This record gives sequence, C-alpha cells and structure tokens, in this order.
Amino acid sequence: MARKVKFLQGNEACVEGALMAGMTFYSGYPITPSTEIAELSAEKLPKIGGKFIQMEDEIAGIAAAIGASLTGAKVMTATSGPGFSLKQENIGYAALTEIPLVIVNVQRGGPSTGLPTAPGQGDVMQAMWGTHGDHPVICLTPDSVKETFDLTIRAFNLAEKYRMPVILLTDEITGHMREKIEIPEQSEIEVYNRIKPNLGDNYQAYKVEAGDLVPKMADFGSGFRYHVTGLMHDETGFPSNSTANAGRLMDRLMDKIEANKDDIITYEEIETEDAEYLILAYGGTARTAKAAVKTLRAEGIKVGLFRPITLWPFPNERVNTLSEQVKDIIVAELNYGQLILEVERVVKSNCPVRFCGKANGEVLTPDELIRKFKEVL
Amino acid sequence: MSKQLELRLSGSGGQGLITAGIILAEAALLDHKNAIQTQSYGPEARGGASKAEVIISDKSIDFPKVTLPNMSLALTQIACDKYISDITEDGTIIVDDSIVLPAQLVAKNIYRLPIIKTAIQEVGKEIVANIVALGLIVRLTGIVTDESLEKAILSRIPKGTEDLNKLALKKGYELAEGLLS
Amino acid sequence: MNHPLVENYFRMDKFPHIWCPGCGHGIIMASIARAIEKLGLDKDKVCIVSGIGCSSRAPGYMDFNTLHTTHGRALAFATGVKLANPDLEVIVIAGDGDLSAIGGNHLIHSARRNINLTTICFNNNIYGMTGGQYSPTTPTNEKGTTAPYGNIDKPFDIAKLAIGAGATYSARTTAYHVPQMDKLIEAAIKHKGFSLVEAISICPTYYGRKNKKGSVVDMMTWLKDNFVDVKVAEKLPQEKKEGKFLMGEFINIIEPEYTDQYAKIIEHFNK
Repeated sequence: MARKVKFLQGNEACVEGALMAGMTFYSGYPITPSTEIAELSAEKLPKIGGKFIQMEDEIAGIAAAIGASLTGAKVMTATSGPGFSLKQENIGYAALTEIPLVIVNVQRGGPSTGLPTAPGQGDVMQAMWGTHGDHPVICLTPDSVKETFDLTIRAFNLAEKYRMPVILLTDEITGHMREKIEIPEQSEIEVYNRIKPNLGDNYQAYKVEAGDLVPKMADFGSGFRYHVTGLMHDETGFPSNSTANAGRLMDRLMDKIEANKDDIITYEEIETEDAEYLILAYGGTARTAKAAVKTLRAEGIKVGLFRPITLWPFPNERVNTLSEQVKDIIVAELNYGQLILEVERVVKSNCPVRFCGKANGEVLTPDELIRKFKEVL
Repeated sequence: MSKQLELRLSGSGGQGLITAGIILAEAALLDHKNAIQTQSYGPEARGGASKAEVIISDKSIDFPKVTLPNMSLALTQIACDKYISDITEDGTIIVDDSIVLPAQLVAKNIYRLPIIKTAIQEVGKEIVANIVALGLIVRLTGIVTDESLEKAILSRIPKGTEDLNKLALKKGYELAEGLLS
Repeated sequence: MNHPLVENYFRMDKFPHIWCPGCGHGIIMASIARAIEKLGLDKDKVCIVSGIGCSSRAPGYMDFNTLHTTHGRALAFATGVKLANPDLEVIVIAGDGDLSAIGGNHLIHSARRNINLTTICFNNNIYGMTGGQYSPTTPTNEKGTTAPYGNIDKPFDIAKLAIGAGATYSARTTAYHVPQMDKLIEAAIKHKGFSLVEAISICPTYYGRKNKKGSVVDMMTWLKDNFVDVKVAEKLPQEKKEGKFLMGEFINIIEPEYTDQYAKIIEHFNK
C-alpha cells in the first residue's frame, strides 16, 4: 500500500499523528483555534474503539485525560491560551504523579481572550513555568503540517517513556494552514508504550527499578491497587512529609530531563556551517525565517537559521556553541521577547542578541525580518 | 506558467470560496506542485467578508501566507471593498459583474465577469459560482491541469452533484476563453 | 485483633488516620467499605477518587485503586477513569467545599451526563483542612473563621442540587444514622447512573467549637434529633416537621447511562 498524500491543516495532522501513536482517549473543551483537534478526535476515536468526551470546562478536560491515562489509555487534550492557563494546576499534578499525557496548545494572540483567531507565541514561558513549583517539562514546537504530525507522535512517545505530561506548542499559523503531508504507514512509525509491572512482582508504584528510566506503571483495575496522590509521596506512592524524601523525589523528577537531554532535544539548522549571523526562530515564525535566510543568502549575506524543535528543555549547548561562531543572533518570535531571554542566558556575552517580534496578531513577514536584520547589523 | 501563484479568493461566507481554495491546492498537489492554503477565521468567516488564500509553486513554500496576491477574486462588493486593492502591479483582478470597482485600481488585468449570473442562469445553481470561478482562474493561469482540477473537484463535492459541478467548470472555462480569444 | 472488615478493605499500615478525635468521617468511610463488602465487589475493580480536604484523605486508607487528585476535580478525573474503563466501579469521595464550591461545575455536569459514578459527599459544613472557613453548606448565621460575624450566605442543599442537575439517584444520611447510611451507600453503588449520597458528618474541632455546638455526643444527638426520614416525614403533621431536615432516598430512577450510550456509538462502527 502506498503512502497516502493528504492536504491537511496542522490541527488535523495532529489527530492523525495521535491516532498513529496509539491515542485511545481524548477529553477537552472547545476553544479557538484548536477546535479541529477535538472535532476530528470526536469523529475518529469511536471508530477504533477509543473514547472522546467534551468536558464541562478546560480543567475537567485535562483531569479526565489524566484519569483515563491511569487505566492504560494513551490520552490527549488540546487547547489554546485561556484554556492553557486553566489547565496549569493539573499539568503540575501529572508531572508530580508521573502520568503520561499530551497537551496541545495552539497559541493565539493574547493575553486574556485576546485575538482568538490570530497567531501568537506568547505562551512559550508559560509552557515552562506555568504551573506552580519546580517540575520537569518537555515542550515541542512544529513549523509545518508534516512536523505537527511527527511531533504529536513524538510527544506521545516521550510522555510514555518519561511518564510525564508533554506539551505540543503549536500556533494558529501551523494549526490552521493546509499543506501537503505524506502519511507514513503504521509499520513505519516507532511507537513507545509505557512499561507495566507483572502480576506477582513486589510492586511499588513509585520505585524505579534497576535498569529502568521511570517507575513501571500499572493500569488501574489490573490487580495492583496502588495509590496516586499530588502530595509529595515516597516510593510506595503514599504521602510523606519527610523533607529528605521530598528532595529525593524532586531530584529524580528533574533528572528525568537533565540526564536525558540528548534523547529529548532536537533542532534544525539551515546554512549554519559558515554562518556569520544567526536567526533563531521556532514554530510558525520559523517559516518566515526560512524565507528570509534564502533571500539574504541570495544577496551574499552569510546567515543561518537555528530552529529549536524541542523548546524545553532548551538546546543550551548548541546555541552556546553557535554564539561563539557568529557575530550576531536575531531571535524572531510573536511576542514581546520570551525565548530571547533563554537565548541571552545561554549566549552570555559571546555575541549580541537582538530581537525581532510583534504581538498584534499578525505573522512576521520575511520582509519585516529582513528589514530588522539589516537595521541592526 | 511556472511562476508562483499567490491567489486570494474573497466573498461572503457560504459562497464556497474556502472549498474552492482547497480544491485548487489539491489539484496542484496532483500535478506534483506544492501548495498551501490559509483562510480567515472567526465571525468574519460566517458572513461579512471571508477569504481564502492559496499559494501554488513548483518550489517548496517557506512563508505560508499571502502578503500581496498576484491574483485576486472577489464575488461580493464588501469583499471587493476590503481586499481587492491589495494586488501586485502585474497582477490580475477578477470580480463578479455585480460589483462596482473602486477608481484608481492598479493591476495588469482587471476583469468584471458574470460569474454568479453564469452559475444561476447557465448551470442552474448559485452555489456553484465557486466552481465557475475556479474554471475561470485555471484557464487564465494554467496553474494546474484540467484533469487534476476535475479530479480534485469530484473528490470534494457531495455525491450526486458531479454533473452540475462539471457543467459549472465548463462554463468557467468558457468565460476565460471568451476573454482570451 | 482488628475487625475482618478493617483487615480486608483498609491499608492497615497507613493508620492512624489524620482525622481529629470525634470527626464523623471515619464512620462514613467504614460504611463505604461495608457496602462494598455487602455487594461482593472485586477489590481490584474498585477505584476510589477524591479531591482535596479532610475527607479526601480517605482513599489513602482504603485498599483499592485509589486516586487523590486536585481540589474540586475528583469527579472530572473519575469521569476519565470510568469512560476509559467502564468495568471499574468508580466511587468519588468529596467534602462539601470540594464538591459544591470549587468542584460545583463538575458535580452538576456529572449528574447531567448520568455517568455511572457514585459520589459520597462527606458534608461537615465547614472547610476543616484549612482551619474552619465557612463553606457553601455552612448554615446562614453560623460562624466560620472567615465569617466571624455570622455567615450571610444561603447554604446549598447538595442532594437537591444533584437532582436538579439530573442525578438519577440522590439520598441524604448522617453519621448518626449508620444502618440507614449503609443501605443508602449500597443502593447508590448498585445504581446504574450518577448517584449521590450526601452524608452529614460532624466537625467538632472547627464547626462545633466555633458555633458552640457542645461535645461530640451533643453534635451526634443533634443529628439524631433533627433529621427525619423522608418516608416518615410524609406521615407526620406539619408542626412535627418544623425545623427538621429530611434524609433518606429522594430520587431513584433509571435513565440511559453515559458509558452505555458511548458504547453504542462504538458498537455502531463494529457492525
């Protein structure tokens, strides 16, 4: 059977990817510009024996998904800015209780109700710091319809592998544009499933056994009768007030990211080998940057593009190395300067870091970026 | 014609212009070209002026939005007033003949044609004005092959309306041929 | 020697529990265990979900699949558990604040969907965990730490609220009326559809002390004297019902259940 060529919106490709990754449960609340994800999930899930439910609010949308994940389902919820804000508490809950889940945020213009049908990239820092308390975060951001498909699968795989919520941070640009996508066959897709304990094992719900990355995860109803709590807990899963225990648990949770950055971090580079200048852009804005790099290169300017695909954890080391090579870095994003803060932190004084952005609901055009590039250099 | 087409289709919600944009882009894919379609969302898509935009190119398309179209179609006065003056100097403007064009419009070609009238009088349904428009655009630009366009149309329309849409397409072609002859 | 019920259904190593002396919550928790035993449910197939608050600590002591979630959200988590695996018997334990204030939206929508969840509300008319603030069920004029001059809010009737929202089973009982509580909780679990049992608890530490309700025995006696079964009340003259609260089964009807309805959609595609 040949690969299917389709002409899909990013939001539609997200659902196609989720189904191929093994999604069997979706719960959420309608919000522009993410609704196509709910609509397509509602249509497709019952056909494969999966479940869809439209909950009463955004908080219930993520809560039901977490509950379903505990029964062994692969789960997803999708939202946009206001809903992402409402979901924050339970993102922290899933992080501490180590429950796999994919949260899609199709970013729109904000704050507040803002510009529901226009793009923005103002939730970048929220994706990292939105929920209270320190917690591990994985956040991926695609720049095309095909990559939305690929990264949705990757988000599921990372969620299952590291037992944590994974945020797919898209935007109205990639979510709503239609583009060609070649859908691979199921056999070509690598799917990771959570590791479950065997009946008869001396199961401790939050104990990492030798050779494992994370604790094995038993399905509710499969005979283990364990406890899950958002309180600090020990290896048995029950609440513990011990500060020594809390320290160990936090270290272990944070180390899931810290010790596995090489596995989690991906990025794309275009024309960086000989670059004297670097544009750093991500998500839909990277499309603007790609066009700008082509134009500038045609003019003989040695400029390259660095596009983080994994936003969090941020690709510190590679950006630092590039900052030693280039004379200047321009960060392009649809906000008042969010990821640039991380770039500045990483680059230190190696080279100047400039900003090109806007947050009025318009996309950044290649001409605007080129103009800014020439203005600052 | 191998240059990049940046097309804006505007009208009122319900005229099927978003569908027309998708059909044209899918026809381009069938011809092994690249295409991206975007559209207006929100209240404006449900009345007022709605628009769909399509970029078709032999090369890969980086920036997905149309900044300045080189072809622009408007089927209603409101859409025309809002969008039609954004056009490249060598661009082509097509409007329905029910529309009064603004003065001092700069474009290489400006056509006022009975698109909706053709759909009503010669095909029998106003709803296929979008397909008449597609026939017209494709015959003027040659951006996709006739075979691919017909295939793309037939895969997107409701069953039982094939003959109606084929006739609409033919009438669209004829409108263009009238201009070119 | 512990009672076999305790040995069978509780996590013995998790005791002592956190509740204050005289708290009514343990009575309700034990009643849930008795109902599960009476129904002969498979412990591996029972899931108990709670939110945040004193009562929400109960699942930690109970030997089932237990989920202690975020404040107010127990029903939303439980909905996900139940829809994903309808074979599980899902019971939600929630306090009055958890269920009817921060989680009120989930309560009315769970009732509206008629999803087969059993909710046991441990209603002690106060926020106990945070130290005695007034809740949506604190009676008007009573005091809490955040109502030092008396509560001016009108309280919710949770059992009635559930009925209004579409619950197909709703009942009220008290920590004093234990045999009745056992029966009602058993009936609620057995009921196919959304069921709610509002179990009136007592909080001598905060509610009792703040409102001068006397000893634990006094508070229990008050429950005994002021609640009348709805069936008994039907036959009582008006003057004897004056100032009394109704308990017992208020509604018990059968309507299409949510996970059954969803299964039909799936079934449609399996044909």
